[in-house]
Amino acid sequence: MAMVEVHDVHKFYGDLHVLKGVSLHVERGQVCTILGPSGSGKSTLLRCVNVLEEIQSGSITVDGTLMGYAKDDHGRLHELRPRQLAAQRSRIGMVFQRFNLFPHMSALGNVMAAPVRVAGRPKEEAKEQAMELLERVGLADRAHHFPAQLSGGQQQRVAIARALAMEPDLMLFDEPTSALDPELVGEVLAVMQDLAASGMTMMVVTHEMGFAREVSDVAVFMDEGVIVESGSPAELFDNPQQDRTREFLQKVLSHTE
Amino acid sequence: MSSKAPGAVNAPAVDEPPELIRAIPLPHYGRWATVAVLVVLAAMAVHGLVTNENYHWDLVFPMLFTYEIGRAIGWTLILTVAAMTIGIILAVTLAVMRRSANPVMRAVATFYIWFFRGTPIYTQLIFWGLIGVLYPRLSLGIPFGPEFFSFRTYDVFTAGVSAILGLGLNEAAYLAEIVRSGLGSVDKGQEEAAQALGMRPRSILFRIVLPQAMRVIVPPTGNETISMLKTTSLVTAVPFTLELTKVATDYGSQTLLPIPFLVVAGIWYLVITSILMFFQSKLEAYYGRGDSTTPGRLSLRGRRRQRTSRQAAINAAHTTPAATAAEWTP
Ligand SMILES: Nc1ncnc2c1ncn2[C@@H]1O[C@H](COP(=O)(O)OP(=O)(O)O)[C@@H](O)[C@H]1O
Ligand SMILES: [Mg+2]
Repeated sequence: MAMVEVHDVHKFYGDLHVLKGVSLHVERGQVCTILGPSGSGKSTLLRCVNVLEEIQSGSITVDGTLMGYAKDDHGRLHELRPRQLAAQRSRIGMVFQRFNLFPHMSALGNVMAAPVRVAGRPKEEAKEQAMELLERVGLADRAHHFPAQLSGGQQQRVAIARALAMEPDLMLFDEPTSALDPELVGEVLAVMQDLAASGMTMMVVTHEMGFAREVSDVAVFMDEGVIVESGSPAELFDNPQQDRTREFLQKVLSHTE
Repeated sequence: MSSKAPGAVNAPAVDEPPELIRAIPLPHYGRWATVAVLVVLAAMAVHGLVTNENYHWDLVFPMLFTYEIGRAIGWTLILTVAAMTIGIILAVTLAVMRRSANPVMRAVATFYIWFFRGTPIYTQLIFWGLIGVLYPRLSLGIPFGPEFFSFRTYDVFTAGVSAILGLGLNEAAYLAEIVRSGLGSVDKGQEEAAQALGMRPRSILFRIVLPQAMRVIVPPTGNETISMLKTTSLVTAVPFTLELTKVATDYGSQTLLPIPFLVVAGIWYLVITSILMFFQSKLEAYYGRGDSTTPGRLSLRGRRRQRTSRQAAINAAHTTPAATAAEWTP
């Protein structure tokens, strides 16, 4: 069974139909990049997978678990309690465009927060693990710095370490490098590439075509709330079947190269 | 000296110190004139105070430190602290209820705030004083079912309890709005990041959102405390008769010399307000300071220092709007 199965998902914000029947599979250990113009629903899709938003139709399962609802014996759906939603979210790591580190905690405190508060691990153990994670993103020497004392790239690497601290099955990245100065993009992509190589299942919304082409197993092009086209990155980039995909790629590539 | 950066007109020689600017300071004639006028006015005021027999300064100074006045100050402080404590706890509860997804909670909190802000505190205090008349006995039990215990209302709602509840419940309505604006000032992304980590709503509130909201909440709460100090003088409405204003006016009517006793009370209110203002400014500095301490220095200077820098970090993150101009520079 695939790690992520998104089946015919519809999402409305009031009258605004944002996701119009999205279906998508991500196998365990795969990296799926999601491309598409601004406003096409990429962030919304990730937020639905993590049940930060509820969906109005369709279903999402992660590692075999139905997200956001419980199904009873008669096939009826029940809303989940906040505690159950929290438990589901803790299995998925999320990295945001604007980092969203907790400014009143040090880098170490940020990484330790979930293991201590959510998993109830002893502080010493959580600290040790957090230091290992900071080491892994190359920031062991910045453990006691506060987010405001770190560069954007360093903050995003701390955010990745923080998301990894709950040992998630799946990592979601929502334009993780879009808020960074160009010279800082590389260090974040390098950490993500390592993570992919270690076998983490990842869904990545990005405009970094080089990363998408090199690291991802599947590339998906979204526009106006639907998946227009998907395939291996080579197929999608070198031989797009749809006009919309071709147009988008031309625009993005002419910008970056 | 041949290596000249492109664009540099004339690189200064290293050993030659730069010539410092020595500008002639602006004359501040206006300031001096103002000071002169103020000194004259102040002298007139002091002269008027000291020479006016009706102030009875000979009575004021001995009265300042009597046991009775001291006890009245004690009661005033107890009322202030107890009412603010109840107010703050209830206010956080109300503010959270107003942000709740549960419409019943929101409605209850909105009604509470509407009611307690919409009626005069003096009237509310009179009602608290009359609660034993309205409900001579109170009981705890299941409606239409068994009673666990019951008591005479006035045995529990003594004047002191009524005064504290009256002040505290009223204050909560005002503080709730302050707390709510504080919670609202924290970037939505903070809550989202915490949710994505699997934190429960209670953790998110107490560990993530409230600490960042403090910067917005603390200064007006300090104001409210100073205001509460003086509002305690209204508890004669209950009637509670041991606090400062009531004790002072009672002495005034007994001795037929109201003015010196009011002066005594006034002096003490000013003293306590000054002390509160001192602590308020300390708290505001703590929650509003910009400070770019590096972690190295931080560990040397210990815990207090670290807290300052923690707050600086919050400020620098701009998740709460700047109450004071940010001096922080990266
Ligand atoms: N909380 C929200 N309320 C209402 N509309 C929203 C909300 N979030 C996103 N949208 C709308 O949904 C659409 C898709 O947004 P988003 O998923 O952020 O797109 P993308 O990430 O691809 O740029 C946009 O039209 C956006 O305005
Ligand atoms: Mg987006």
